[in-house]
Amino acid sequence: MADEVILLSYWPSMFGMRAMIALEEKNIKFDYREQDLFNKSQILIETNPVHKKIPVLIHNGKPICESLIVVEYIDETWPGENQLLPSDPYQRAQAKFWADYIDKKVNGPTRLIWAGKGEEIEAGKKEFIEVLKTLETELGDKTYFGGETFGFVDIAFIGFYSWFDAYEKLASFSIEAECPKVIAWAKRCLKRESVAKSLPDSDKVTKYIPELKKRLGIE
Amino acid sequence: MAERSEEVKLLGMWASPFSRRVEIALTLKGVPYEFSEQDIANKSPLLLQSNPVHKMIPVLLHNGKPISESLVILEYIDDTWQNNPILPQDPYHRAMARFWARFVDEQIYVTAMKVVGKVGEERDVAVEATRDLLKLLEKELVGKNFLGGERLGFVDIVATLVAFWLMRTEEVVGVKVVPVEMFPEIHRWVENLLDVDVIKKCIPPEDEHLNYIKARMDSLKLKSVQ
Repeated sequence: MADEVILLSYWPSMFGMRAMIALEEKNIKFDYREQDLFNKSQILIETNPVHKKIPVLIHNGKPICESLIVVEYIDETWPGENQLLPSDPYQRAQAKFWADYIDKKVNGPTRLIWAGKGEEIEAGKKEFIEVLKTLETELGDKTYFGGETFGFVDIAFIGFYSWFDAYEKLASFSIEAECPKVIAWAKRCLKRESVAKSLPDSDKVTKYIPELKKRLGIE
Repeated sequence: MAERSEEVKLLGMWASPFSRRVEIALTLKGVPYEFSEQDIANKSPLLLQSNPVHKMIPVLLHNGKPISESLVILEYIDDTWQNNPILPQDPYHRAMARFWARFVDEQIYVTAMKVVGKVGEERDVAVEATRDLLKLLEKELVGKNFLGGERLGFVDIVATLVAFWLMRTEEVVGVKVVPVEMFPEIHRWVENLLDVDVIKKCIPPEDEHLNYIKARMDSLKLKSVQ
């Protein structure tokens, strides 16, 4: 079967990273197409007319949008190796709950940190630490969020790690001091080839933020 | 897959679209359940214990194990009781169903809430924004009886929020957000929904529901346009 798999993404996007990691975990060859979000391509507008956002996975011409939906699609389409969601319905539901928690709770405060000013940054930092602590409690002493195997929740969260250095510098704090288990977990994840290949260098992200703010007109 | 002597309990709230969608799914599967009405203003120890992260209804307790977030619960129900499937089997169609379900919750619901929460010009803007989103749903319904195709499915269950909450609230607010001339497919779909016994059984009784919405809006000191 000659599958044609195209991924529309944008290198600093943790949502794009989710799709990449899932494809790498499944050993799927794909054509990566970097998108300019300030000058949206015809293909992006056509494949995600509702949100016009990355990531979009185009599998044999059919587009799938929204990063967690893409990851689950990948898991359902290539069920063979490295199952990302557990088979047990209750464990599946727990994984989806925590991935949804990350979607609902992490983006708000972290955006305040990198795009905000003064008090906003402080508020973002405070809230982000609370969220991290909730995640750390859930992680506990497990190797990965799902237990012994790398999976859905790890994929949902690990992309943010490439921004941690930027958050720490912008809001003057140490995530490791607050949540050492989260950092130990992130380092374990980075040992996986799928993650190492998909996450940009922290340094590159940190250096890119001023440019990003300029392009967004929020400098 | 379902075991005998199962205990299924739903912590919900009678007028909540998120709670009702879980009831629709359980009823569709023929799963008997105990409904426990929750007081949102005074959260019970059981709710706080079962959903310590968000402290929100609905929570499904299956043999004592709690599951939260209505979309997660719907998928759990579909995975656990496999008769009368709610989601399609094919991965691509499953992804599409999940996409539209999220669209209802993250776009339509969030935008439509502003119609209730705002007045004057801001409300007009919210009405227009809601209609822009509903146009996409309208397009999805062309040539179909349900959002799920020939029969009721995941997106229909989730979008009862549009059919019976948004479209009932507009009566109370006095702003027609979904006029039939503009949204004939959505209106046709609402009629189709009302032909489904499970839906009829699981949506809040209209009079009581309208009174509830009215009282809630009064308590929020939001004046209707009329």
